[in-house]
Amino acid sequence: MAVRPDLVARSAPVAVRPRLLHGALEREGAFSWIMLAPGVLFLLAFVAYPLFYGVWLSLQDRPVAKPGVFIGLGNFVTLAHDGVFWQVARNSFVYTIVTTVLKLLGGLAMALVINQHFRGRSLVRAFLLLPFIVPTILSTVAWMWIFDPTFSVINWVLVNTGVVSGGFSWLGNKTLAMVAIIIVNTWRGIPFYGITLLAGLQTISPELYEAAAIDGASIRQRFLYVTLPIIKPILIIVTMFSVIFTFSDFQIVYALTHGGPANATQVFVTYAFDLGMSGGQLGMGAAAALAMLPALAVMIVALTLYLRRQS
Amino acid sequence: MIDGRGWGSRILRIYLPVMGFLVLMLFPFYWMLIASIKPNRELYNAKIMPLIVYQPTLKHYYDLFADTNFLLWTYNTMLVAVITTAVSLVLGAMIAYPLARMNFPGAAIVAVGVAATYLVPQPLLFIPMADIINKLELGNTLSAVMLTYPTLLIPFCAWLLMGYFKSVPRELEEAARIDGASRFQAMWRVVLPLTVPGLLSAGIFAFTLAQNEFLYALIFLAKSEVRTVPVGAITELIRGDVFYWGQLMAAALLGSIPVAVIYSFFVDYYVAGLTAGSVKS
Repeated sequence: MAVRPDLVARSAPVAVRPRLLHGALEREGAFSWIMLAPGVLFLLAFVAYPLFYGVWLSLQDRPVAKPGVFIGLGNFVTLAHDGVFWQVARNSFVYTIVTTVLKLLGGLAMALVINQHFRGRSLVRAFLLLPFIVPTILSTVAWMWIFDPTFSVINWVLVNTGVVSGGFSWLGNKTLAMVAIIIVNTWRGIPFYGITLLAGLQTISPELYEAAAIDGASIRQRFLYVTLPIIKPILIIVTMFSVIFTFSDFQIVYALTHGGPANATQVFVTYAFDLGMSGGQLGMGAAAALAMLPALAVMIVALTLYLRRQS
Repeated sequence: MIDGRGWGSRILRIYLPVMGFLVLMLFPFYWMLIASIKPNRELYNAKIMPLIVYQPTLKHYYDLFADTNFLLWTYNTMLVAVITTAVSLVLGAMIAYPLARMNFPGAAIVAVGVAATYLVPQPLLFIPMADIINKLELGNTLSAVMLTYPTLLIPFCAWLLMGYFKSVPRELEEAARIDGASRFQAMWRVVLPLTVPGLLSAGIFAFTLAQNEFLYALIFLAKSEVRTVPVGAITELIRGDVFYWGQLMAAALLGSIPVAVIYSFFVDYYVAGLTAGSVKS
């Protein structure tokens, strides 16, 4: 390894007498920064700047198309005194935690099932991933029809099998509306967990299981002491990713319930959308969106550090 | 159970659960399909068995094309997805390459920055972004989404490609350099050809992400002619309390097909892209 810089340094001048730009491009630092510049500048302009501009907006009373007035933490104070805000926070946590547990268990089950040998396995894997690749809004449209108050197929099955006498109003009832968005998010997320965890399972060498079996380990023990420790890093990364994206989910809730009935399924992003876009209060909306930053920041920092440690 | 041989055990531990997962995961698509070909008298009849179609019709598809800008929405969606994917792939690769293969001051900060950018969710950005797009007078233009989608796609491409770029042995590049190749030539002729699978994975994944995007499109595209399929379907086939269910389902199904077809050709690359981030070591 120590030889490399010398080699490069010596070979370059010998090859061609470098022109100025050419010479610069051969230096690692200059070459790197010339390559990085367009992308990094773009991200600074359209991610970093909006992020800070959002913070600035959240400190203003700022209706659409009018100049803003600086009001310090006024928006946050108003939010903190609004019962709806705390309901939104609770909804977001319930939605995230329940779906994460369900997706984790469902995805693990899916991965274990497909990890067995059977004909058509890769075809099955391809089909099972469909919910995750089809645009969310479009598949949620199908779920809207599944949950339709009058023509819900779930109700039809429940009534015709005699489980209940009358159908549920899935999206009209506060609890059931939450159940509905949880079902759809879980449905869409299970394949993500399942296929990713499957990739992890496939890295486990069969000899490990054979050795464990020879030592007399039961199926349960093999799972707990062979499978689980090996897929643990993947499990952690997938879960953290999923938590970040579920916590900031918009599409499923917006399409299915719009946050209703009576804010029963309102989550941070739909709430910020209502305040900032529908309500035209950019400052208040920005504040509501930023309110999810503390919880999110913990996850983002943890995941960034974990990923760097892994690589 | 796992040691069990014979058909009974195979059915119990393989075929039954596999069937179960397939039914759960695919039922909504089946539901989409049959709702799109049911005549209204079947669609809105709670008395009949809803799981099958008695008299299929293409009327909803006809109405969708005749009464809405669906074809235009599809064109917009594809145009935006193709352009943003191409731009993001190029800029993402340009970020990933030095981060993966070069030593230079500031590398660590840029690497953390890119990872953080990937994880900063769009919801934190959309309200300030709406104001910025407004000030740039880009509302109701496809430029608005073409400018904003790469904020999601570039960090993703960069992050995914870093792993692929790292996997090319340094010796290959050094051999080329000794033969007189410039840094650029070493990248273009040696490293990039070896990382085509990575570029495909990133490209396909970015393409599906672009097709899936909804929030920016919803905010920036308020005119029918510039809408994408998801936004057009949800804003124009639901008017107030009236749901045009048949057309909605037809739009959802047709809107899903491009992604599904591309996905079907490149399943393995897609899965590689999906898992590359989490399954590295």
